[in-house]
Amino acid sequence: MHYADYILLIPLLPLAAFLLLGLAGRNRLRKSAGLIASVLMLVSCTLALYAAWRYFFVDGLVDGVYRQIVPVRYNWLIFSPGLSVDMGILLDPISVMMLVVVTFVSLMVHIFSLGYMKGEERFTTYYAFLSLFTFSMLGLVAASNILETYIFWELVGLSSYLLIGFYYDRPAAVSAAKKAFIVTRFADLGFLIGILILAFQAGTLDFNTLIARLTDAGSPQFAGITAASFLGISLLGWALGLVFIGGAGKSAMFPLHIWLPDAMEGPTPVSALIHAATMVVAGVYLVARLFPVFSMDPPVLQIVTWVGALSAAFAAIVACTQTDIKKVLAFSTMSQIGYMMFALGVARQGGEAGLGYTASLFHLFTHAFFKSLLFLCAGSIIHVVHSNELKEMGGLRKRMPFTHIAFLIGCLAIAGIPPFSGFFSKEEILLAAWRSNALVYGIGLVVSAITAFYMFRLYFSIFWHESRIPDRNDGSHSAGEALSSPEGGLEGSPGMKFSLVVLSAGALLAGLVPFSRFIVPDERPHDSHTPLSFSILPVSLALGAILLAGWLYRRGNDRAEKLKIGLGRLYQVVYQKFYIDEAYIFITKKIVFPLVGRPAAWVDKHIIDGLMNGLALIVAKVAWLIRGIQSGRLQQYMLYFFAGAFGLVLLFVYYFNHLHT
Amino acid sequence: MMSANAVIFYMLSVFVLSAGILSVTSRKIFRSAIWLLFSLMGIAGLYFWMELDFLAAVQIAVYVGGIVVLIIFSIFLTEQSGREMQGPPLARNIFSLLAVAFGFVLTWLLIYRYGFHAGGRKFDPGVGRIGSQMLATDGQGYALPFELASVLLLSAMIGCIVIAMKTTKKSDA
Amino acid sequence: MNQVPLSHILFVSTALFFIGIYGLFSRRNLVCMLMAVELILNSVNINFVAFNKYLYPDRLDGFFFVVFIITIAAAEAAVAIAIIINLYRNHRSIDVEDATNMKF
Repeated sequence: MHYADYILLIPLLPLAAFLLLGLAGRNRLRKSAGLIASVLMLVSCTLALYAAWRYFFVDGLVDGVYRQIVPVRYNWLIFSPGLSVDMGILLDPISVMMLVVVTFVSLMVHIFSLGYMKGEERFTTYYAFLSLFTFSMLGLVAASNILETYIFWELVGLSSYLLIGFYYDRPAAVSAAKKAFIVTRFADLGFLIGILILAFQAGTLDFNTLIARLTDAGSPQFAGITAASFLGISLLGWALGLVFIGGAGKSAMFPLHIWLPDAMEGPTPVSALIHAATMVVAGVYLVARLFPVFSMDPPVLQIVTWVGALSAAFAAIVACTQTDIKKVLAFSTMSQIGYMMFALGVARQGGEAGLGYTASLFHLFTHAFFKSLLFLCAGSIIHVVHSNELKEMGGLRKRMPFTHIAFLIGCLAIAGIPPFSGFFSKEEILLAAWRSNALVYGIGLVVSAITAFYMFRLYFSIFWHESRIPDRNDGSHSAGEALSSPEGGLEGSPGMKFSLVVLSAGALLAGLVPFSRFIVPDERPHDSHTPLSFSILPVSLALGAILLAGWLYRRGNDRAEKLKIGLGRLYQVVYQKFYIDEAYIFITKKIVFPLVGRPAAWVDKHIIDGLMNGLALIVAKVAWLIRGIQSGRLQQYMLYFFAGAFGLVLLFVYYFNHLHT
Repeated sequence: MMSANAVIFYMLSVFVLSAGILSVTSRKIFRSAIWLLFSLMGIAGLYFWMELDFLAAVQIAVYVGGIVVLIIFSIFLTEQSGREMQGPPLARNIFSLLAVAFGFVLTWLLIYRYGFHAGGRKFDPGVGRIGSQMLATDGQGYALPFELASVLLLSAMIGCIVIAMKTTKKSDA
Repeated sequence: MNQVPLSHILFVSTALFFIGIYGLFSRRNLVCMLMAVELILNSVNINFVAFNKYLYPDRLDGFFFVVFIITIAAAEAAVAIAIIINLYRNHRSIDVEDATNMKF
């Protein structure tokens, strides 16, 4: 089969599911909605896997390079010859990899949701939104055109908004959805301006042509974009910086991360899909997609590096203090994406220098598995405990042995313990950092240890820590638990278990994929090895952090409490997420609103509206004045008629006659 | 010295105009209709005078035989025919007279100053010529207006029936 | 035979026209107004015929206009009377001052 025969089906099947379920409304198809969406998703995922198998193993390397294939292209908007917006699908190693990841994780989340969302009133709507999201994300990763990417980028933002605000009767969910939408929208403005600059300078929107023109140092386009400068920075730098702002907004990089923790108000499987595995890595994907262009401008890559490193460190520290299980996972996601970002930042074009690029996407790949696994486990736990708070949990390992194992695998993977998947990708990232920048390497190392610490803090608090439960275990909660698991026992339906098993397997084994044979920046794959000796330090640090976490949280004791009091103000600052949200609120409420918003509103209300109202008022007044003419008296009308007729006669006879002669 | 021809014209004119004036001023509506009848007859006489025999016949058949009879019927249906109608208010009467006088003077002055000059050619409105031109389809023909007029009459007939029809909801049930 | 100048015929038709106008203005009874309209139409007819006869004797267009005006006048009178009868049925009056529903 040619790619063109089936590749379109991969994104279009979820779209079909969305249309079908979206049009069915909330009452029809309630029983079968999940099944329909899951089956379509299964077909889509199978096709994606097949396409990947074809791409990597059947077509494989041609002259040592993976070809870029555009199997489908449709000229959609033609601005001028050479500058058109095409709707197409671009197959290259990263997009094929992303197709697999997105369809796979989406499928798992679909299956998990069958049990998790059962009995939800808007079950059909939920699956419709989920399918819409999957469609948009697939379109985003497979886009062959930068504006096409942007279109799907916004669609992804929209579906994320819809899903965060799924429980729209909760004010917190509504405001979280709004926050996510506004923050990412704000960042997307940068992306759009970046696109416009790139497209204007390169004269094309097509990825391949764009990259070819802007990476060739001899081309007139490259000369044009580097020669022009604004505020001392070349136009290329501006464009890439703005594109990166868009990516940072979507990927929740510091300081545009504030929406991600709040986004956890959505249903937990949604968090697993959107806010852990797929959408939030769109920023990483975007930078990777344009990486050849980014690598022409090292200062921008420096920015990428430092934003990534700062976000990784910031999020890891904050994650240690949060008590909401999903918020910890959210900050952990942010921290891991920071990892990917700085790995991209330290990468350069060509050979060994491209290690960071490979490592970044490798981490993206493994992270998708173990983080969605962790989120789905969290979903199972919340399903049982009916709370997000760590305080409410403890000692669950006996009651949920299955989830316990899955969660442990996820934690070990994210902590980077061999032979779990996270170990391999993290080692590559650290190696890439070590080779380019010692300080970044140091940050990476410390963050990796902190990651291990907070993940195991979570693990021990949930599954051990017996002392918290006795009175709760057989007291008031038992009724709720009986309610919460109408079928399939305490740990949810078979579907939920199934997806946990599959994702656990992924988290275990994904690291064994020899990634550098598939994905490298210049598409000339090679083997890469991480020296074993290099791994000793990170792994031992991680193990130490795990032991520390176990010492503090495994049993009920006051060590953690003492530590908290000992840290005093510092703990408070971290717990409040360094007051970033408050800073935003201060800026918007105290500076933007009174200085910009209020005057603008005043102008709108009094001058613009006033103008319109005035016009309407004048019309109304005049109408009141002249409505007397319409008296309904026939003879009066006749009088007007004859007066008009005579007026015309006079006009014609005397005025136009003079003109004529 | 006027010829008999001119004398007949002026007599007919005086008759038409005086009957018209009486028709619009009479207080009794039935008399008003009769004066209208006389005026229209006078106009038919004018057509005879202008040697348009066919048109004069049409005038008598349609106006006198049709429209005036229709008007008289409607008077019987809506009014007591012998009753005095109240005249127009004085102000309106004066105003109407002034407006009409102004219009008349203006129009007459225009006509008078233009001074139409008649050529001395012979006018031949033979019925045969009328008929062939009425039904001709070439440049001078009136076949299309003729057909349109027939459609108009048909729709007017249907329209009259629909408008004047009693709503039979209660009376028939 | 043409000792009567055209302008005299036009004088008659103009006078008849303004008599009709006066009737329209001063009468309040709808049937009377209809009669005035008939007078106006007839004055126009006289005009057409006179112009045809005196100015373009080799053509018949004025004559045809008169024929069609008479046709349409018949239709108009019939419709007008239908409306008047309907109005009378609803208002018990055919005074124009009473029928002032057609306003803003």
